[in-house]
Amino acid sequence: MARWFDTVAAVLKRNEVRLVTYVPDKVLAPLIRALEADSYFTTFCPTREEEAAGIVCGGWMGGMRGIVLMQTSGFATLANVLASLALPYRIPLLMMISERGTLGEFNVGQAMVCRSMRPMLTALGIEHHTLSRRDEIDFIVDRTVNQAIATQEPAAFILSPLLTHAKRQEA
Amino acid sequence: MTARQTAASGAQEVLMSRFDLTSRLVARLRSDEAVVGGIGNNNFDLWATGRRPQNFYMLGSMGLCFPIALGLALTQPRRRVVAIEGDGSLLMQLGCLATIAERRPANLTLLVMDNGSYQITGGQKAATHHGADLVTIARGCGLNESRWAENTAHFEELLDNALIGDRPHLIAAKIDEAPGRATTDRDPAWIRDTFMRGLGTRS
Ligand SMILES: Cc1ncc(C[n+]2csc(CCOP(=O)(O)OP(=O)(O)O)c2C)c(N)n1
Repeated sequence: MARWFDTVAAVLKRNEVRLVTYVPDKVLAPLIRALEADSYFTTFCPTREEEAAGIVCGGWMGGMRGIVLMQTSGFATLANVLASLALPYRIPLLMMISERGTLGEFNVGQAMVCRSMRPMLTALGIEHHTLSRRDEIDFIVDRTVNQAIATQEPAAFILSPLLTHAKRQEA
Repeated sequence: MTARQTAASGAQEVLMSRFDLTSRLVARLRSDEAVVGGIGNNNFDLWATGRRPQNFYMLGSMGLCFPIALGLALTQPRRRVVAIEGDGSLLMQLGCLATIAERRPANLTLLVMDNGSYQITGGQKAATHHGADLVTIARGCGLNESRWAENTAHFEELLDNALIGDRPHLIAAKIDEAPGRATTDRDPAWIRDTFMRGLGTRS
């Protein structure tokens, strides 16, 4: 079966999600490499997640679909931007969050910030799905991108260690 | 124009007016340029110059005026994009200057309205009052075409140049402490929808 990041890149491309902004994360590194290697995507690294989200919101209004890639700690900085830009302006901001802080985390700060992620998504009423199985990526990402655009609402994908951890990559 | 003494140098500065500079900008637009007004006074004065469907008014997300404009400039490469931001807001998101310098969109013009304070929340002094120089900071980020407008005529000259430029330009002006002249309708979904229809990205 295809590697998780190849499937994500393929589904984004099929859905014309071309503008990719990210703040680096080790788990995301192979996905970032795959997107940067394909000139179909405009992929770059702003200085913080708020900025990355603002750029993708501007890009949507300019006529291009986009996504922000970040880790759990980066998502924790976004409450105000979601509540004052993406949600009230009805912009289908897509987010992919690599889930740090669980299933073997060594840094207590990451573990604590991780616990704020789903409650914050729920409090803001943002559609979110956890990707933990390779055979579900295509279905979940494809349908959620379409729903976000049809309903003009942001959406988030959470990349679980069950999907991305090295020990889970055997063919 | 009024004058203000800077804390840093003690020199007298000529102060311009946000509404006047915004009006001069709007008078120069041919029609299809996109304009993004930052939080508070910066979009209020844009609103006060009259409705344009190609204007985007930011009712929140302090600091994201330039990032939003960057997203527009990258996805609308044949359209000129102008962003109007306050000094306090830019101080909150300085990193975006480095990102814009790296992406170098030719069609992006950044305007900074520097009143040395957070006017709308009670006029508290900002770092710009104590000597932080946003043009020097922008140049340090790699935005070489960054300049202080010395007066309104100079502002217009810099703007004319920027609007035909082949790289991003930043123009900063020292302005007085006047509040915005009007209040933007607080209907974000309508603002976004009108803006996208104005750009032709939604029909
Ligand atoms: C994240 C965040 N922090 C604080 C505020 C409160 N706030 C709204 S506008 C503003 C000041 C903006 O200052 P500046 O950009 O210099 O514009 P001015 O009011 O001076 O024209 C502040 C602090 C906010 N809206 N969002």
